[in-house]
Amino acid sequence: MNHHPTIKPLADARTAAQSHFRTLRLGTPFQPRIDALALKQDWYNWAGYRAPHSLWDEELEYFAIRSQAALFDISPMTKYRIEGPDAEAYLDRVTLRDVTKLKPGRVHYTAWCDDDGFVLDDGTLFRLSPTRFRLCSQERHLPWLLDSAFRYDVTVEEETEAVAGLALQGPTSFAILRDAGFAGVERLKIFDLAEFAHEGATVTISRTGFTGDLGYELFVPTDKALSLWDRLMAAGELRGIRAIGYTALNRARLEAGLIVANADFTAAEHAIRADRLRMPDEIGLGFMIDPDKGHFNGRRAILEARSKKRLRHVLVGLEIEGNIPAEHAIVYYRKSQEVGLVSAAMWSPMAKRNIALASLQRPYGDTIVDDLWVEIYAMRELQYQKLMKKAKVVPRPFIKLDRRTANPPADF
Amino acid sequence: MKAWDAIVIGGGHNGLVNACYLQRAGLDVLVLEKNDWVGGAATSRELTPGFLYSNCSYVCSLFRPEIMRDLELPRFGLQVISYEGGAVFTRDGDYLANYRDHDAHRREFARFSKRDAEAYDRYSRDVTRQCRFIQPLLMRTAPDPTSFKPRDLGELLYLGKKFVGLSAEEMALTLRFWTMSISDFLDEYFETDVIKANFALSGIIGTALGPMSPGTAYVLLHHYMGEVDGSVGAWGYARGGMGAVTKALAASFKASGGTIRTGAEVDHVLIKKGKAKGVVLAGGEEIYGKLVVSNADVKRTFLKLVEEKELPEIFLRRVRNFKIRGSSGKVNIALDSLPEFPALPKDSPVYRADMHFTDSIERMERAYDDWKAGRWSADPFLDMMIPTTLDPTMAPPGKHFMSCFVQYAPPKIDGRDWTDADRDGFAESVISQIAQYSPGFRDRIVHMEVRTPREIEAEVGLTEGNIFQGELTFDQLLFNRPVPGYAQYRSPIGGLYMCGSSTHPGGGVMGAPGRNAAAEILRDLAKPTLHMSPAHDVI
Repeated sequence: MNHHPTIKPLADARTAAQSHFRTLRLGTPFQPRIDALALKQDWYNWAGYRAPHSLWDEELEYFAIRSQAALFDISPMTKYRIEGPDAEAYLDRVTLRDVTKLKPGRVHYTAWCDDDGFVLDDGTLFRLSPTRFRLCSQERHLPWLLDSAFRYDVTVEEETEAVAGLALQGPTSFAILRDAGFAGVERLKIFDLAEFAHEGATVTISRTGFTGDLGYELFVPTDKALSLWDRLMAAGELRGIRAIGYTALNRARLEAGLIVANADFTAAEHAIRADRLRMPDEIGLGFMIDPDKGHFNGRRAILEARSKKRLRHVLVGLEIEGNIPAEHAIVYYRKSQEVGLVSAAMWSPMAKRNIALASLQRPYGDTIVDDLWVEIYAMRELQYQKLMKKAKVVPRPFIKLDRRTANPPADF
Repeated sequence: MKAWDAIVIGGGHNGLVNACYLQRAGLDVLVLEKNDWVGGAATSRELTPGFLYSNCSYVCSLFRPEIMRDLELPRFGLQVISYEGGAVFTRDGDYLANYRDHDAHRREFARFSKRDAEAYDRYSRDVTRQCRFIQPLLMRTAPDPTSFKPRDLGELLYLGKKFVGLSAEEMALTLRFWTMSISDFLDEYFETDVIKANFALSGIIGTALGPMSPGTAYVLLHHYMGEVDGSVGAWGYARGGMGAVTKALAASFKASGGTIRTGAEVDHVLIKKGKAKGVVLAGGEEIYGKLVVSNADVKRTFLKLVEEKELPEIFLRRVRNFKIRGSSGKVNIALDSLPEFPALPKDSPVYRADMHFTDSIERMERAYDDWKAGRWSADPFLDMMIPTTLDPTMAPPGKHFMSCFVQYAPPKIDGRDWTDADRDGFAESVISQIAQYSPGFRDRIVHMEVRTPREIEAEVGLTEGNIFQGELTFDQLLFNRPVPGYAQYRSPIGGLYMCGSSTHPGGGVMGAPGRNAAAEILRDLAKPTLHMSPAHDVI
């Protein structure tokens, strides 16, 4: 009989990576600092990372965003580096908004769709140079991005683990960056980005964020992450800088009227049920569509759905009477006909109103906006207090803060 | 002379499920089993002292939870221990593992391809969509499309509605899924050989087709529809071996008053004026029954247990042409210690899960080429596991039982019957493959049972040793299983029913054919079926 020689294990990088099975939730590059502050040990899974719901007090963490400065670790966000002579043309083809209008040193919020016009994800596109971009998103899209790169002179690389990210948000955020020595940061207008020196490396700072407040996002190579954290914390000590968890950020984003993939809509590659798919016009992203720019993915289907009036849903902001949050409540027309569902809701401390995001079946929320109600099941000491509350369709954002866009940014 | 209300031929899991439901409906049921033990292909046998072998089927997932509940199997001792993932060893000394945690799974795939790692979500979405379409059909009798009975029309309408409920894209995918090869299907999602091989194995297990043969994508789906205690897609070991499933069924059956006779081989079905009246045992003993249910496969039932003259021509021809080809074998091994796999970290959960050594679809297809040529595969595909890493009841302390499912093994070697020398050669192909990845493996072997299609057919009675009692190809599914016009568990002989895996929805230790057949029998007897839970909702 033919006896084969024994196969010997390798000793290369791929083999070294085997050990990941021992750590199901990775730490981010900032984990040593966050662990030291995580007095509640209240973690959730963000794309395979151990991320805090809250570090010590979710109320106070929220108020750090609105009254001081909040530091939020966004390293688990999926990041793609897209580079090459055709990068602009390629991204213009893949994403909804007109990338030719996005100048180097600018950022825009965009989304991208499959061939049928259903939203795969939303995210932010950073133009770092004429030929280099960074796309940040909630979900992962490497096969989609690579397959779409066919015939373009462009490279697409996933760089989530190589780049650490921080959001510094709140009224004192500008003053902290200035005091930390990032000279020229005052020149950043909303959606601008620029590169700054940090410890012999480069930190990319953009005036962007997910809070509707004055704020910045910082991207840095992972080996400089901790020193960047320390630099900000030291500069912010007297300006109330606080590390925060997701619960606080989620409140701020709802006040800002921003949506979250797989919370306010189901991303197309996750939707098992075909009727859960959404076109941009159905989740409030219709403003991104530019029919006059060249072909982009999903264009034909989106324009056809518009012309044939086949858009079945609409995502709206609701203001609900009272102060009981209507999370995941059913929305009714005339208190009886089910017309939609609330995907996120809270009592807003800034707006002093009970606010919500809801997906409704057109024409409700579109042409019929009166006589809408939400049924709130409020569990109180093992009893549901059932409330039928009037809901009014209101524009988003629910709060508008002048300091977000003021130039130069104010020195709080 | 006593006439039983029902005689079930064969004490496999479907025969016992069927008998349990009939007995619980108030019938007086007799199960006849040719072996001295019940279980069919779901058995645990002590073939060497201290070691229990799951010597045919070896893992549990597909068994329907509704049946477990109705027949109180947990109460009668059935415990399923779920295990995590598994792995494919690569020839360069590494492995690709499957982990239950979504992110660990992605990171593992990313070791080989970042692109494929991120392709998994779309793959999983599409497969889940198909499973959701098919799963509710498992526990329903397939409609007869040629019939105008209200019930058949209703069922056809149900099927049609489910199909129409799919989007145009899904409908196209469904049709492709049921007809395309697993290799072509995977090419639409993945580009890395070992990752494709990892998924393709579910498309060929138990099937006399290669990964490049049309129809294998459905076989994959069939293996994805299982669960362990509500954990969808999970696989587990029955504590005490797969015989624990049939042991619990037998206990449930006896507790409800049923009778089992082992060592009672049925020679033929007693037929008078086109109606089954009972059976005649191999020794000549006649046993009378008002109806007879056969757990044997459709070929054994109608080509061996029933005289040809009793059957219609076209039916007979279709039964003869029913594809139930031998494609696999089994090597069961008692080990004096846990084998080592230097490629695996010592604390890897893969030791407790399924292991494979075929790291490309190309190699699987080459293994199939040997089958077509009438040889066992020189480089076989193995589905190997060591259940004793999770279930200490199957071997003495520190010792282990290893189950190796082996593909491909043809029903005949170069057109002649298997010989003992062939069997030994077949076993050597398996041992030498494992030994490549596990130094010193040969020295750990205490005892070995080698089962080619010859042994499986002789002991279990599965024609050609086919584990599914017939290929799961689209021409043999739903209302075409086993043959058109007879997909509703009835046969051309009055009072003779089928309840084995040759019938809808097919093979695997699922129990659905036995249950569905019981529902049809009780319908014919106008007996209530309140003791049968309807299929769980898929919402």
